[in-house]
Amino acid sequence: MDLYARRILTNRVGIALSMVAMAFGLAALMWILWTLFYNGFSALSWDFFTQDTPAPGSEGGGLRNAIVGTLMIVGVTTLVSTPIGILAGIYLAEFGTTSRFAAATRFVTDIMLSAPSIVVGLFVYALAVATLGGFSGWAGSLALSLIAIPVVVRTTENMLLLVPSSLREAAFAVGAPRWKVSLSITLRAVKAGVVTGILLAIARVLGETAPLLFTALNNQFYSTNMSQPMGNLPVVIFQFAMSPYDNWVSLAWGGALLIALLVLGINVVARVLFRKKSSD
Amino acid sequence: MSAPHSIHVGDAILEVRDLNFFYGDFRGLTNVSLNIAKSQVTAFIGPSGCGKSTLLRTFNRMYDLYPGQRAEGQINFHGKNLLEKKQDVNLVRAKIGMVFQKPTPFPMTIYENIAFGVRLYERLSKSEMDDRVEWALKKAAIWEETKNKLQQSGLSLSGGQQQRLCIARTIAVKPEIVLLDEPTSALDPISTAKIEELINELKTEYTIAIVTHNMQQAARISDFTAFMYLGELVEFGKTDELFVKPQKQQTEDYITGRFG
Repeated sequence: MDLYARRILTNRVGIALSMVAMAFGLAALMWILWTLFYNGFSALSWDFFTQDTPAPGSEGGGLRNAIVGTLMIVGVTTLVSTPIGILAGIYLAEFGTTSRFAAATRFVTDIMLSAPSIVVGLFVYALAVATLGGFSGWAGSLALSLIAIPVVVRTTENMLLLVPSSLREAAFAVGAPRWKVSLSITLRAVKAGVVTGILLAIARVLGETAPLLFTALNNQFYSTNMSQPMGNLPVVIFQFAMSPYDNWVSLAWGGALLIALLVLGINVVARVLFRKKSSD
Repeated sequence: MSAPHSIHVGDAILEVRDLNFFYGDFRGLTNVSLNIAKSQVTAFIGPSGCGKSTLLRTFNRMYDLYPGQRAEGQINFHGKNLLEKKQDVNLVRAKIGMVFQKPTPFPMTIYENIAFGVRLYERLSKSEMDDRVEWALKKAAIWEETKNKLQQSGLSLSGGQQQRLCIARTIAVKPEIVLLDEPTSALDPISTAKIEELINELKTEYTIAIVTHNMQQAARISDFTAFMYLGELVEFGKTDELFVKPQKQQTEDYITGRFG
């Protein structure tokens, strides 16, 4: 076989292998989505959004308390982790490029990015639940914030590092102090990227179950009191999916579909935002 | 030839004395001394890497942003050494503005691009700020093109317009000196001609120091020219004298195109 024919063959084999790999991955994803839709779609109804989780053995019911709980816990998480994450990212990119402290922060952030979420849950349990007297929505938000902050920090830093140094110099050249340059010029230049990072962090924590098991726990009843145990979608799914009651299992599928759709929606928004900004 | 700093430039606004500059261990400037004349255009020419931009960036302490870069010597401005640690660099930069090689509009509206720097040091009413923005844009000869779209992004302008916007932004702060670091090298010939014209008009009120790769440009627009090579100031003098009758062989070789 001459060299040329051999190269063509290698090329074909390479393409075939990567196509198979892609098909395998895609098939698994489509299967998951299909199962979710198949089992979950029928659960989505008016009652699903307006009624609370049913007691064992009772008919019907919905996930109102869990949906509201998740929205509140994740909402507080966003409010907490956005400013902390952005400011820390600014510090790393603009102030602490060479300091040891920044290097250590960066290292710890990277570890936190891949830390198992159950560890975070246990940590907050020991820190806030066991000592401060019980499960609560606040503790849930704290645990989720610990997961979201590193994501926001790293995206913010990476985005800021993309800002050409010429823009930074130009801002300094009119006599602006460093904090003003960071907040008004460089951060503004990468606004879309930073917002994308926040959205992805929200998407990440939306489905986290383990940290909430130890912190927010669950609440069978509708409650907007963040100081009390709070219903939330992931834990409800976890409990209902393994129950013997048909309506519970169906609700779990519906909840899973709802989370998947929310994450999908957030990702789509993030992509659109980022693309719009990049094409400016 | 007499020492460069003894060249008579009239009223000197900046006096550079024995300036040495280091990028880490590498010496970027060696014993540079010269005077920048008030309300005149001083051009810095020389081959790439000769230190002309480095020199310009010491005038507003831009090198401060990068750890590992340091300057030794004196740059006297109103009787004070700019290089001293206790100098407030932000104030220095407000007094000594800079325009860069590539246009760098801020990611905000044209109006805000101008107002940003002004707000840092002055508290103006809305109408005063409007006036200042108009004044600066007129000074930079870009008012006619932008007056109807002040609320549009500065990034929507063309390259040449962006560069004039950057000049407007610099003079809006009312600096005494404007440093231009190859301001036309990224522009087309027509935009370049506009900027050169502008420099000519600005020099009545501002002192201008310009780094350029383009010798014709230096000859056209400057009153004084400094030729630099390998981090040293080789020759400094009146532009018409330096280009017509250079004192040093290296200068002559460079301006006649024998190297560079």
